[in-house]
Amino acid sequence: MTLVVLAIVIWLVAWYANVRLANSGARAAHYAVPVIFGATVLVMWELIVHGLNVSPIILPAPTAIAARFATSLGTLWTDFVQTVVKGALSGYVMGCGAAVLAAIAIDRSPFLTRGLLPVGNFVAALPIVGVAPIMVMWFGFDWQSKAAVVVAMVFFPVLVNAVAGLKAADAMQRDLMRTYAAGYTQTLLKLRLPAAMPFIFNGLKIATTLALIGAIVAEFFGSPTMGMGFRISTSVGQLAIDMVWAEIVVAALAGSAFYGGVTAIEKAVTFWHPSQRGRA
Amino acid sequence: MRRTLPVLTVVAAILVIWYLAAFWMNSTWVLDQAARADREVGFAELVSATMTQERPVVAAPHQVAVALWDGVFGHAITSKRSFVYHGWITLEATLWGFALGIVLGVGLAVAIVHSRAVDMSVMPWAVISQTVPIVALAPMIVVVANAVGIEDRLVPKAIISAYLSYFPVLVSMVSGLRSPNVMQLDLLKTYGASRAQVFWKLRVPASLPYFFASLKVAIAASLIGAIVGELPTGAINGLGARMLIGSQFGQPLIMWAALFAAAILAGALILVVGAIQRAADRRMGVAQ
Repeated sequence: MTLVVLAIVIWLVAWYANVRLANSGARAAHYAVPVIFGATVLVMWELIVHGLNVSPIILPAPTAIAARFATSLGTLWTDFVQTVVKGALSGYVMGCGAAVLAAIAIDRSPFLTRGLLPVGNFVAALPIVGVAPIMVMWFGFDWQSKAAVVVAMVFFPVLVNAVAGLKAADAMQRDLMRTYAAGYTQTLLKLRLPAAMPFIFNGLKIATTLALIGAIVAEFFGSPTMGMGFRISTSVGQLAIDMVWAEIVVAALAGSAFYGGVTAIEKAVTFWHPSQRGRA
Repeated sequence: MRRTLPVLTVVAAILVIWYLAAFWMNSTWVLDQAARADREVGFAELVSATMTQERPVVAAPHQVAVALWDGVFGHAITSKRSFVYHGWITLEATLWGFALGIVLGVGLAVAIVHSRAVDMSVMPWAVISQTVPIVALAPMIVVVANAVGIEDRLVPKAIISAYLSYFPVLVSMVSGLRSPNVMQLDLLKTYGASRAQVFWKLRVPASLPYFFASLKVAIAASLIGAIVGELPTGAINGLGARMLIGSQFGQPLIMWAALFAAAILAGALILVVGAIQRAADRRMGVAQ
């Protein structure tokens, strides 16, 4: 019981510190406040699990998860490579590349644009993960079927954003390119694609999360004996909940790193855009 | 006409491509069978054989339509083979998750707008929470729910739905509640309005268009959450479970039909929420 009381005391102290920090307006507060908040939650989790004697089958303590993480680095790494690198990343690259190319092709015909945009918008909202069993049936158990699910999931959100982005350059700017006697390709490469980048990256960022979800869900429908989705479903069956949490940590790290990486590329590519300026 | 014709053309093109794909992908099996039986198949026979397979690689559109029709109208709605029954199970989880997501999103947004400390500590984690693939957590949530004594599959599915749907609501509500400008806030100050009055009379009305706009995204995310929640959790009821069963028991037609039933459900939900949004916008005087 003392541990629980301690947890509550720590919570109150940390929250008081955060309120003071947040209202102080110091620059470091932008990083310190969320970090303190996250650390407090972890400490409370640890203390409450021990204090209330929560069964490790329900909720293992963070230290137990960390210990499991450290001892099974090898397994986690093979799962990571199988699911994230082979399944999600390859599908992501193929799907996003195909979507941008398709957007450029569609963009030449206003008729197609008017037809495809509503359909694309609609399809982007559908639960496309449902194609996972079909893809597993077509491409087998290995990473190819996972990549195919990812392609299907990321294609429409990126397509819709890219088509909208290609319309971002306004008439005045296009006319300017015309007065320079620029051809279609030159206008596309030097004006319209750069102008579309903020939109395209918006789609690419949405697609990062979708890619990981697709790759993991597809593994529930059949996979070789490795991969994050496989490990999670088998570990749940063995009640090795600390292993499940270790995989969740890997998924969280991979997801955040993936998103962060795309954001970093966006920053470098669209440095000229108002939303990026002045945020050095 | 200017708007429907291109859409219809695209839909027709998709159907044509689909039929061609069905013909091409299914023909391998037919040709294999014929080669084994040592006989030739003519083109007409090949076409009809690829369109009517029991276990097609690509189900032809009309086969899916028949399976869908059969699933929706062919059985009593309480039957385990009826899509109405399974659709209702999924819909129930979706709506619970949607409601929970709205409460969570709006609640957090209100706290964030009123406290800098909450804003700075919760917002970065909310963003990170969305980069975590929720499906990794799904089997976990089921186990924990079971261990705590909740046998019902509805709760874990609703939690997953809420996890996916709270974020769009949160983001829109934060911008909505902050949308009143300095001039409007100053005016209320000159009226001597209290914090609560500013909140109810200015911030809440100003945020409503943002709120309704976010609902459309949230309901789609909710349905995805409910279906994803059915996949790894060993559920036997619901559209996601139907897909799983279709895939495991070699009944691709059920799988395809369940996929389209889910798509139709998603479309219907988006239309309903869109209608609510338009009605609300008209009441608020946003749209003419």
